Amino acid sequence: MRPILLQGHERSLTQIKFNREGDLLFSASKDHIINVWFTHNGERLGTYNGHNGTVWTIDVDSQSRFLLSGSADNEMRLWSVQTGKCLYVWEFPTAVKRVAFSEDDDQIVCITEQRMGYQGVVRVFNINRDGDGTNQSKEPVSEFSPIGSKATLCAFAHTPGVILMGHESGKVALFDANTGDEIQSNERAHMDVVTDMQLSPDRSYFITSSKDKTARLHETRTLVVLKTYSTETPLNSAAIALGKPYVLLGGGQDAMSVTTTSLRQGKFETRFWHKIFEEEVGRVKGHFGPINTIAVSPKGDCFASGGEDGFVRVHHFDESYFRAKPYGDLEISD
Amino acid sequence: MAPNGVNGTIPDDEGIDYSDIEAKYQVQYEEGFDNILLVDGIPVVDKSKLEKLLAKIAKEFTRKGAPIKPENITVPWDEAKGKSKGIIFVELKNANDAVFALNAMHGHPFDAKHTFMVNRFTDIERYANLDETYVAPEPEEYKPKEHLRAWLGDPQGRDQYATYRADEVEIHWHGKPSQCEVAFSRPNWTDLYVSWSPLGTFVATLHRQGVQLWGGSSWGKQQRFAHPMVKLIDFSPNENYLVTWSHDPIQVPEGAQQGPQYFSPEDEGNNIAVWDVKTGNLLRTFPTIYPEGDDSKKQLQWPALKWSADDKFVGRVTPGQQISIYELPSMGLQGKKSIKIEGVVDFEWCPLGDNDREAMDAAANGTNGKSAKKPRENMLAYWTPEVANQPARVTLMNFPGRTILRQKNLFSVTECKLFWQNQGDFLCVKVDRHTKTKKSIFCNLEIFRIREKDFPVEVVELKDTVTDFSWEPRGERFALISSNDPNLGNPGPGITIKTDVSFYQLVHGKGDFKLLRTLSSRTSNTVRWSPRGRHVVLATIGSSSKSELEFWDLDFNSDDAGRREGSSKEEWGSGIQHLGTADHYAVTDAEWDPSGRYLATSASAWRHALENGYAIWDFRGQELEKHILDRFKQFLWRPRPRSLLTKEQQRQIRRNLKEYSRQFEEEDAAEESNVSAELIAQRKRLVDEWNAWRARIKEDVADERRRRGKKLDSEGEQQSEESKEEIEVWIDEVIEQIEEEVME
Repeated sequence: MRPILLQGHERSLTQIKFNREGDLLFSASKDHIINVWFTHNGERLGTYNGHNGTVWTIDVDSQSRFLLSGSADNEMRLWSVQTGKCLYVWEFPTAVKRVAFSEDDDQIVCITEQRMGYQGVVRVFNINRDGDGTNQSKEPVSEFSPIGSKATLCAFAHTPGVILMGHESGKVALFDANTGDEIQSNERAHMDVVTDMQLSPDRSYFITSSKDKTARLHETRTLVVLKTYSTETPLNSAAIALGKPYVLLGGGQDAMSVTTTSLRQGKFETRFWHKIFEEEVGRVKGHFGPINTIAVSPKGDCFASGGEDGFVRVHHFDESYFRAKPYGDLEISD
Repeated sequence: MAPNGVNGTIPDDEGIDYSDIEAKYQVQYEEGFDNILLVDGIPVVDKSKLEKLLAKIAKEFTRKGAPIKPENITVPWDEAKGKSKGIIFVELKNANDAVFALNAMHGHPFDAKHTFMVNRFTDIERYANLDETYVAPEPEEYKPKEHLRAWLGDPQGRDQYATYRADEVEIHWHGKPSQCEVAFSRPNWTDLYVSWSPLGTFVATLHRQGVQLWGGSSWGKQQRFAHPMVKLIDFSPNENYLVTWSHDPIQVPEGAQQGPQYFSPEDEGNNIAVWDVKTGNLLRTFPTIYPEGDDSKKQLQWPALKWSADDKFVGRVTPGQQISIYELPSMGLQGKKSIKIEGVVDFEWCPLGDNDREAMDAAANGTNGKSAKKPRENMLAYWTPEVANQPARVTLMNFPGRTILRQKNLFSVTECKLFWQNQGDFLCVKVDRHTKTKKSIFCNLEIFRIREKDFPVEVVELKDTVTDFSWEPRGERFALISSNDPNLGNPGPGITIKTDVSFYQLVHGKGDFKLLRTLSSRTSNTVRWSPRGRHVVLATIGSSSKSELEFWDLDFNSDDAGRREGSSKEEWGSGIQHLGTADHYAVTDAEWDPSGRYLATSASAWRHALENGYAIWDFRGQELEKHILDRFKQFLWRPRPRSLLTKEQQRQIRRNLKEYSRQFEEEDAAEESNVSAELIAQRKRLVDEWNAWRARIKEDVADERRRRGKKLDSEGEQQSEESKEEIEVWIDEVIEQIEEEVME
């Protein structure tokens, strides 16, 4: 499994995302630029220039037509994937920490940071897919401020109108998008900041990673914890493998203390854990800084990791990965 | 003792019964009389001699250190006879003085006829009121004690080890992979560290208040030793006694508990205490002796007291002056005097070999009568450095005979180290010598053969500095690590010193030690022999960049059974075989288990914070277990006592080894299939649970979609139908382009 090293960013990665076909990989970084790459050979297709601050988050719709990005310059932008043109800009009082498309691509959700006297706000917008996409409404269809601990992550849950949120206290909760009411919550989902949240393809379950060194698998409807993966390092990202019963975890010690300790101790590896048996299966090393974000191709044939070191590594799975049955013949549904 | 009139339930004028209140607030008069002593055995005198007598008594008291004046003495008078009653009351300044006077004057011979009998005044009343009727003491119910060596009876024959991580101490069983389990664990079991006794009977924990011993299968308290702020402990070889050391000198605060198990005022200011393990009694205390030299190098030698192998003697060296040897259990100086040796630096007791122990047991049981060999007397070796006009000297002395058995003079000596082979067959003195200019140091090994007549000495000369030396347990080989690295002696970060490892073996007949093999340019700085000999591990410990473990077998060609007999025929040094190399990052300790089958390495948080944890390897260097644990501190195998089997029985077992191993292999195979079946069943259950859950959820999702009026799962199908797009990429690569001009 020879990785493809994508060297297109000057600063650490914040989020990477595959499109639905898995042929394009989008990467966002603190260097204000969004890149798009061909997955199969690592060639850069283009960039999306315009943000004037760290790009914290990106998401692409299922038709690979629109790209959405949120940045520390308090803007959320809509881009044309094909041309790289900025189609629309929303402005907010604080930085945008997470953006996400709905399942049907007709809505988007974003969360802005709680800062400088402003509350963290979740906003849902309708997306006008007709025309060239420049004609978007400035006003959200709904907006609310979750009370309590600072929320940093959001996504559309299993049904429309329900938003899944991750909080700094380790809380995971479901909110009604229209009323802003909390429908369901798990206060003790994690003991520390929830760092990443990725849903399964049918949105019926999701994985969270946390600084408390664990990753957990939850049922979306009830927020019941299904599985727990305990590692020895703070985790920054977790992804669910497709086609194989694994989850991928990435992290490492804080970026702050990286320079004072050895590479060996940093634990900057992507860890593969068995989704059901909660056992570590293997590791892929390569980064020389903490891993900030992991994404798995929807086709299940490759995964990518973006690190604090500014590199994205794309790994195409070998034939043996698909053939190997380390636990014998077991029929496990996705 | 209530004052008159208020005792009992006498109603007063108003008819109210105050007795309960009065009883409550009754003044405890006894306390006021604590400083008064009653002295019996005083001569009966008349008025004329009274003054003289009192002056004399006061003088006697004062002489013993309890100063009193004649005014403080009250003499009860028999008016009828006109004479004293032969008793006096002595009033002292306070209760403490009274206690002192009591101890000093009780049984004091005043003159030929009179001996003082001293009692506390308050005691007299108590003794007088004592109930005279005999009450049979309640027989204490017999509680069967746990067997302290219960772990040896483990049906699977497993060993144990202790780990100390964060605040938690755990005792583990170690056997085959399926048999490893935690036997016991307790958080905050110790404040400093844990330690096994040398035969594995007890585990000792250190606390602010002192040392606590635990044992038995339920790990109950066995004994405690109240030595506050204890830092170091050391058991005697047969775990009968314990030595403790604390940096803070012993203080006995007022009102401290008294008794044989506690410090008394005489112990104040000392640092080292010797205790009896069985009774918990304090035997003796000592001050710390630091080696001579400037203050900056002051480093405590530990163990400070050195035990003879049979627990009968314990020795202590006063550098430059003498070796003091104390007899157990009295802890009195043996022969009432120390061995005065000008300039003595260090000494070591000779260990007991298996044969010696057998001889000792035989002598103790009186079996075999006179035919049995007389057990060897204890022996010790010490060395003295060069002083003016006198060479350095290594001396072998027997004890308690105190006769010098052998002496060897040495020249140009910087430092000596004494290494006994663990059976007491050989003594190696590692002599660091310097050249005339004192610029470079080289090394000589002076090897004494103790079992032979007149203790012949063999010298092995080496050009390099020897950093580590160790004997093969029960063997005739030794390993040494030498180095001529210029960085030796000035360690710095990132510097790993290059070393050579050499093995030597005794040549039978000739009686000298010959080099077996040298392994050159290593980084190993530690040699760990398996406790049963033969296998050895070379480790690089404490280095930040290297952490290699090399596993070697020194008798690769011969079977374990016929090892001693058949080894001489083969070519010299051909039996040495490298078995494997392993790596444990940032290793700080390596230790063999008592059976010599497994090696444990650990990276302790006491040394650094890199990947703390421990690993267990088999003797070939295969990793069996590895645990990386935050704040891991200590790993300790539980030692085993000597085998109870006789030599004949052991030989029998060795002869039938094939038989046994077949049995074990069958067991292993059966168990393996058993375990994997269990694991597979467990996994099957997990998968079934998951699949059932997924099926339910999938249905829910489908329902949900249907309700929302969406097409069901059509997307999925669509996706699979999507035709695969073939991308053909033509790559033209110009490898070389040559332009040639063709000349006509």
